[in-house]
Amino acid sequence: MLEVLDEISRWVIPLLLLLIPLLAAARGIPVFEVFVEGASQGFHTAVKIIPYLVAMLVAINVFRASGAMEALVHLLAPLLNPLGFPPEVLPHAVMRPLSGGAALGIATDLIATHGPDSFIGQLVSTMQGSTDTTFYVLTLYFGSVGITRYRYAIVSGLMADFTSLVASVYIVNKLFHP
Amino acid sequence: MVNYIWLGMIVSGIVVAAAHGQVEAVTRAVLEGADKAVKTSLNLVAILTFWLGMMRLAEASGLVSALAYLVRPVTRFLFPEVPPDHPAMGAIIMNLSANILGLGNAATPMGLVAMQELQKLNRGDPKTATASMCTFLALNTSCLTLIPTTIIGIRTIYGSADPTAIVGTTIFATACGMTMAVIVDRLLRHFYGRGVT
Repeated sequence: MLEVLDEISRWVIPLLLLLIPLLAAARGIPVFEVFVEGASQGFHTAVKIIPYLVAMLVAINVFRASGAMEALVHLLAPLLNPLGFPPEVLPHAVMRPLSGGAALGIATDLIATHGPDSFIGQLVSTMQGSTDTTFYVLTLYFGSVGITRYRYAIVSGLMADFTSLVASVYIVNKLFHP
Repeated sequence: MVNYIWLGMIVSGIVVAAAHGQVEAVTRAVLEGADKAVKTSLNLVAILTFWLGMMRLAEASGLVSALAYLVRPVTRFLFPEVPPDHPAMGAIIMNLSANILGLGNAATPMGLVAMQELQKLNRGDPKTATASMCTFLALNTSCLTLIPTTIIGIRTIYGSADPTAIVGTTIFATACGMTMAVIVDRLLRHFYGRGVT
């Protein structure tokens, strides 16, 4: 199973790189010129994102480094314990929408401490894979087109994250609980 | 919404740090955060430039519109305001496909193209998100990944007997999250009403 997945992920990008230019050339498109024309927007797009990301990552970093995030975890713990949710995993759940790198760090630490095949290991692996860094994605995508009023995008993003979290706890409890 | 969350994180951070008697941690966190943001953006330059070029080729070759045609029934339901032949639709589909395949590097540039195209369809205030953008981001942040490669790698490193055991549970959990994203998006779209595009 693992080897097959490995092979797939090794081949996807090279195959795309082969297929797309060949298809374009078959249609008589000047491939080099068209590529460069599209690529010329890359720098502008990346630079445009900077102020949005600075604003968001500074706030997240202050929230995390000050210990306010831990305080939030303490507040939430009594609510989640009855749901079969081990308190060790809570920092990951709170961190996941805010910072992809930090959440991955927490997940790695839990896997190293409790073992990948333990209940906590399976749960945090499932949580890491099933949700995304909602705040980062929203900041990046909206920032790239200069949108500052997100309307309900944060609500639906966080509702989806919370649902994935509850579903992870449910399914891992069902399949892996001793 | 984002204003309150942003202010909330900063104010609560400073209050808690002061209560712990370590306000200087805030100063350090500000510099680190800003540094990380700029580095992330600059690191994106290389991969963005490359994939934006490939995207343009994929569009010109007709690959994008072929893909868009295939999944038309689904996208027509999810994005009623986007004309089926508009380039935004192609970019949305490319982004979601890259997400499903776990190609994070390729997914971001394609998603940014999709946002630019959706912004062209924005007939209201250019600083306010449209309903289609909210739907797209709800799908994007909750998007199904078939192969969560990073976490499988970490499980392998720490000696898991079955590193891919979590693929099934991950797909189940993501599917639940995505369903919720679509439902909430549909409800809020009617609730908010304005900014119809």
